[in-house]
Amino acid sequence: MRISVQREDFDAGAEIRALSRDSRVGAVASFVGVVREVAMTLEHYPGMTERALRRIVEEAGSRWRVTDCTVVHRYGPLQPGEQIVLVVVASAHRGEAFAACEFIMDYLKTRAPFWKKERGPEGERWVEARACDDSAAERWQPRIAESKKLG
Amino acid sequence: MKLKVLYFAALREQVGRDAEELDVPAEVATVAALRGHLRARGGAWAEALADGKLLRMAVNQDMAQPGAALGPGDEVAFFPPVTGG
Repeated sequence: MRISVQREDFDAGAEIRALSRDSRVGAVASFVGVVREVAMTLEHYPGMTERALRRIVEEAGSRWRVTDCTVVHRYGPLQPGEQIVLVVVASAHRGEAFAACEFIMDYLKTRAPFWKKERGPEGERWVEARACDDSAAERWQPRIAESKKLG
Repeated sequence: MKLKVLYFAALREQVGRDAEELDVPAEVATVAALRGHLRARGGAWAEALADGKLLRMAVNQDMAQPGAALGPGDEVAFFPPVTGG
């Protein structure tokens, strides 16, 4: 597992190739988040952010057979078109790689301490949390209840 | 009891500080009690930490519920719902 919270940009291709070398790996799923129209500054909570991301990846590893995983999230000022976040999940088969990658992004959106402040033509404003992000994360919850029941 | 308290994002701007060391009375034993203690400062604090404000809390860098207990030396953080990714 590699977790990095950094100012600098990342090379998604290089990160994907790095997780493809293991002979057990048959599938590598990845997600790249990109800044849309408006420039922004991303604030985070140094220490807790890395810790929260590590937990999320560990949780994914307890639900699916994940061979390896890389999460890179940037902070600081970002321009439209710039990459913000990268999740790469390597697994034996695509189903688990896709599911774990989506799960990690959904949880990251609601649990990792990052805050976006947009810089538009009318000045700066903090981005409000969206209810649809909460429901995206919640849809993974019944699995927890189920697995607890199964004990 | 000595605590380190951190504020992030919009909340940090509203209260005008990002961190402080506090020595709180023993009855400030939970995250919710600390929120009330800070709110009692009035002004921007009363507004930013008002009951109706949706805030997240962390104790020692783990997300915490309002009833979470506090201990000496704990790092407590208050912040708005997160918007990363």
